[in-house]
Amino acid sequence: MAGTTIYSAKTILTMNPARPRATHVAVREGRILGAGTLEELAGWGDYTLDERFADKVLMPGLVEGHAHTSEGSLWRYTYLGWFDRMDPAGKTWDGLKTIDAVLERLREAEGQLSGDTPLCGWGLDPIYMDNQRVNRQHLDQVSATRPIGVMHASGHILNVNTKALELAGLMKPGVNHPGIPLGPDGYPTGELKGPDVMTPVGPHVGFDRSLMDCDEMGLRDFAKLCVRTGVTTVTDLASRLEPETVEMMLRVTGEETYPARVVPLRFFLGLPPKELVAEVVRLKALATDRCRLGRIKVVADGSIQGFSARLKWPGYYNGAPNGLWYVAPEQMAEIYERALEAGVQVHTHTNGDQATELALDMLAPALMKHPSRDHRFTLQHCQLADAAQFRRMKALGMCVNLFANHHYYWGDEHYRLTVGPERATRMNACRTALEQGVPMTIHSDAPVTPLGPLFTAWAAVNRITASGRVQGEHERIGVDDALWAVTMGAAYTLHLDGEVGSIETGKRADFAVLEQDPTTVEPMALKDVPVWGTVQGGRVFAASAI
Amino acid sequence: MSALPVTVIGGYLGAGKTTLVNHLLRHAGGRRLAVLVNEFGTLPIDADLIEAEGDTLISIAGGCVCCSFGNDLTAALMQMRQLDPRPDHVLIESSGVAIPGSIMATAALLAEVRCDGVVVLADAGDIRRAFDDPYIGDTIARQLAQADIVILNKMDLAPEPPETLTAWVAAQAPGAAVVPCRDAQVPAEVVIGLGPHPVEAHAHAHDHADGLFESIVLTPAASEDAAGLARQIATGPYGVVRAKGWLRTPEGMALIQVAGRQGTATPASPESREGLVCIGLKGQLDIAALHALAARETASG
Ligand SMILES: [Zn+2]
Repeated sequence: MAGTTIYSAKTILTMNPARPRATHVAVREGRILGAGTLEELAGWGDYTLDERFADKVLMPGLVEGHAHTSEGSLWRYTYLGWFDRMDPAGKTWDGLKTIDAVLERLREAEGQLSGDTPLCGWGLDPIYMDNQRVNRQHLDQVSATRPIGVMHASGHILNVNTKALELAGLMKPGVNHPGIPLGPDGYPTGELKGPDVMTPVGPHVGFDRSLMDCDEMGLRDFAKLCVRTGVTTVTDLASRLEPETVEMMLRVTGEETYPARVVPLRFFLGLPPKELVAEVVRLKALATDRCRLGRIKVVADGSIQGFSARLKWPGYYNGAPNGLWYVAPEQMAEIYERALEAGVQVHTHTNGDQATELALDMLAPALMKHPSRDHRFTLQHCQLADAAQFRRMKALGMCVNLFANHHYYWGDEHYRLTVGPERATRMNACRTALEQGVPMTIHSDAPVTPLGPLFTAWAAVNRITASGRVQGEHERIGVDDALWAVTMGAAYTLHLDGEVGSIETGKRADFAVLEQDPTTVEPMALKDVPVWGTVQGGRVFAASAI
Repeated sequence: MSALPVTVIGGYLGAGKTTLVNHLLRHAGGRRLAVLVNEFGTLPIDADLIEAEGDTLISIAGGCVCCSFGNDLTAALMQMRQLDPRPDHVLIESSGVAIPGSIMATAALLAEVRCDGVVVLADAGDIRRAFDDPYIGDTIARQLAQADIVILNKMDLAPEPPETLTAWVAAQAPGAAVVPCRDAQVPAEVVIGLGPHPVEAHAHAHDHADGLFESIVLTPAASEDAAGLARQIATGPYGVVRAKGWLRTPEGMALIQVAGRQGTATPASPESREGLVCIGLKGQLDIAALHALAARETASG
């Protein structure tokens, strides 16, 4: 018989309401035998007592319900964001507060490059610098001979230098495209807005592959960030899952030392609904414990800060025209119907409230055709949903994954510019979701914001924006609810709540190992609780040793 | 190498984009068409037209091809340029919710591409309802507003008098020529313009069995302002949907091309054959006025 290890801890938050606290947890074959006192657990027979966590706090391994493994790949580029951010190696990069500082860091990175390798930066967010524009002349100061590309934090804008424009054939007057602003000289300023114009130039500055799909190194690096943030189960929310990507993900996650369970969702584009569902059924059969294939991601609209989300009347606060659909209602309806029929789960990106309304309108008749009592179709982001929409979600058996981090990073922008004070105040309505009984979790959408469920919980608890204002006190939730959301809540949206999300008999031995008890620190300090590392499937991963 | 002409074919689901594309492939008149489709949707090519299916490229009868452009239209267009033999014309079939004008703006970023026109299909039986649909109404309005040519398909299903509906569509698409039809049966020259030999094509124009269109050849020997003439033909009350041809200007030969309300003139080789072919709907093409326009042009030029 395989050995039993009993871990002692300062305290264990189990998320099992029948036994919310314990001092010990017993693990066998990568699973939890039970949580309780040493005496209780000794009843399972011979054991080894492991006291390495005696002064740590254990909680269920955190579950991130909306992230992208491409965060791992991005760290090969130079980080230029406003906020301090930790890389996979554990180094925290200082946030950059001026354009000069951005250029200085680019210069340092440039000095380490050889040949004509392009220089890539990411995470720039001029919103925090009074919306100062970065143009090609700025980047030309870093290098006039090497192509340079800098991706904004939003992912919607790419800044490039003159060399990059030349390589892309765009360094000419008279370019006529809404995504390419021109300077007073009639030449492009180097700012490229939107995927239509970023895609053609991207390859010349080193963004030469879809940022949606992970590569092998990125997948490994992403897992390091998981260990550092206490995450043991993480979604890769939209991948095209080409055969070679699937093979690579199964191989890498299957390695003995891979520390996270990855849940990759198949992006809906590329196949008609019937073939899409058949393909995902096929993928589902390939799933392993650490690579849970077999779900679909649909994108209904764009983003609110990019003015491409679909809003109900009265639309954008600044009068911008309504956003774009990325799926036709008929296509969404057909995917829903076929997926329900095949027992395949669908997660749908809806940012604006009209997109949320569409998903509700399309799911209701699909459920009449294929009554499926436990579909758990989940709305992702769902940032603008109102109370009536949450009531419909509840009635239809849907789950929601709200973008709590977004409220911190862009809440001020939404208040001031995109949706105005009233709707900004109720955005990402965690309390309403809970009050209406909608199964709820909260997310980072890494790399859009940093992976870190304790930070995400902090954002939902405090609803503070980057400028320091509390925006929407009414929608704040308690620490216990927030911790539930990033464990059991997220597990539920993935049909994994019977396996992970709490520390109780029979579940996977997945723990977040913390230096402090998140339920006893000040709510404002929740984000600062240090993470020692994780235990995943009974395997111990110290952040300091990966 | 000359620029690759690109036509974007847009319109909401069910408007008949796929029917039109297959119709064009069957009546390409010797032109090698490359059809670029967005990833979403079933294969848009009739089975009997397919000669071979590769990983990324489908070979179609008559030297035509079809491939999907996924999220990188630019790369797909570059690939089309490098095909040997190179396609004569590229059709981009956009997805139902895409804004065809935006797709053309992106295609136009390539120096090697010539924007031939934005063609938007509308379902005559459904367009009024769809236009008021709270979800997709404004998308359809944007599609129409950016069209050069609107093909008002399925006229047999129109719930109101054809003239009323056509006038209403024309009001929603002020920059476009509106072409009513059934089963997407529109001559290729109307959708993708006249090929490399417009005058010869005109000679065969009576081959079109539908008989809904007619064409004339204008021969203004010269013009002071070819661009101005192109604009007049496109925007004046002449009923011209498409025009193409050459004439002399003080700067040399000029190529005039008209798609709906868009008319352009570009420098052309001195050997170009003089003559300008104009196509329009029978009964709407104002032949007398066009000849008068040409005569005025000759007199002033
Ligand atoms: Zn996402």
